[in-house]
Amino acid sequence: MTLDDILKAPSPASEWVLCTDCEENGLQPEDVKQVMRDRIREMRDSIERGLRTDAKSITGMVGWNAKGLWDAPDLLNAPLLKRVQAYAMAVNEENARMGRIVAAPTAGSAGTIPGALIGVADHLGLDDEKLVMPLVLAAGIGKAISRQMYISGSAGGCQAEIGSSAAMAAAAVTELLGGTSKACVHAAALALMNTIGLVCDPVGGYVEVPCVSRNAFFAVHAVSSAQLALAQLESFIPPDEVITAMAQVGRMMPLQLKETAEGGLAQTPFAQGFLKDLEKSPK
Amino acid sequence: MSLLDMIGPVMIGPSSSHTAGACRIGLAARQLLGHTPEKAQIGLHASFAKTGKGHGTHLALIAGILGFEPHDPRLPQAFQEAEKAGLHFEFQDVDLGNVHPNTAQITLQGGQASIEVMASSTGGGIIEVIEVDGFRVSFDGFSPTLLLKYQDAYGMISRVTGLIAIDEVNIASLTCTREKRGGTAMMCIVLDSALSDYAIRKIAHIPEISWIRMLPGFRRL
Repeated sequence: MTLDDILKAPSPASEWVLCTDCEENGLQPEDVKQVMRDRIREMRDSIERGLRTDAKSITGMVGWNAKGLWDAPDLLNAPLLKRVQAYAMAVNEENARMGRIVAAPTAGSAGTIPGALIGVADHLGLDDEKLVMPLVLAAGIGKAISRQMYISGSAGGCQAEIGSSAAMAAAAVTELLGGTSKACVHAAALALMNTIGLVCDPVGGYVEVPCVSRNAFFAVHAVSSAQLALAQLESFIPPDEVITAMAQVGRMMPLQLKETAEGGLAQTPFAQGFLKDLEKSPK
Repeated sequence: MSLLDMIGPVMIGPSSSHTAGACRIGLAARQLLGHTPEKAQIGLHASFAKTGKGHGTHLALIAGILGFEPHDPRLPQAFQEAEKAGLHFEFQDVDLGNVHPNTAQITLQGGQASIEVMASSTGGGIIEVIEVDGFRVSFDGFSPTLLLKYQDAYGMISRVTGLIAIDEVNIASLTCTREKRGGTAMMCIVLDSALSDYAIRKIAHIPEISWIRMLPGFRRL
């Protein structure tokens, strides 16, 4: 399954993705759809739990961001933006509390797809059944990426993790809003193009800073990509070549920038001081 | 790789590779032993050693060894659960050489049996078991997998696969490794569906076979 295959598939792209994958793995399409339905419910549960609480994470670096944003006044008068960001952070703060989430494709990037997809659906008043096939397409995009590229930050940098989730979410939102197969794949490529080179630099190695806010930003990034693609904008570079470029950058990236907490934000004096204090504080 | 691996698993955070994957590595090791062990020695390599603590990797590995799945709410309390189950464990940092940075080496003992397993967590909760009792293998634990230890002899593959064919089960992949000609060997067979108890008994009765395990395949929640 390549992005080019999905691009050439008849619209909606998710139908082709579902049939092809079921053939490959010997699964029944209705069974896969039922699992996707369950996962949408799990995503929704984690959003609701995350928006309700301001309980701190394992280290105390995050935990109140989603609720804080959700309860704050909407000064920009941009309810979609606020909703998408709050949903995404709600999921990742649940994750940082060792709560129950759906890895999509990973736990560190778990907020991007529910943030973008469920956020847009709630904004427009669409019911969850409409999200099932877009989520199938998101999975297909992830599968196409993982053919040539890693999806974990430790192997490919944050570009591999949040980049993949943003691309998957971008395609899903595009299909939800009636986009063609071509538009969906270009939305994914546009999202990927703009994550290339992103380092994975979690403070102390914890999936908290910058991961939680990064999910909020990239959920919006995914919605923006969908917006561009629905207006017929395309990735100038062929989508599969964008993945190749990203994989190449991932290989060139030094280990210090791939989830080892030995570079970037994790090595700032403030982060180092915080971690020293954390070690001293009683558990 | 299926669509369900890209959206999923449903899991306890914070990291799919360090938590869900680690849990599944523990679970695979437990399935290979066949029961709850009394003792577990766990070596953590590279990124598992370096950033495991903050990700609950230690908890997740123990949870898996206890038989918990990645979404089990008891995962964060795995150490207390281990005490209840009478499982003693110890961790150490190890250098396993040129393997994936998220790799663990687990030795389990209990009930007069022991097993040594090396497995990598490759991202998104997916794992690859790469060594069992020193024999190179390759399976991800999602499909039903049959493992056999046996005395290397002619016709072994044919005898085993013949019985699998009679059971009307399809083989996805098969690897054999042996220490030397005529020495101990291991066969690792990834199947499209689990074998019947009857077929497993028939295979176990082949005189050269000294050890057999039928892993059921992880549930994809």
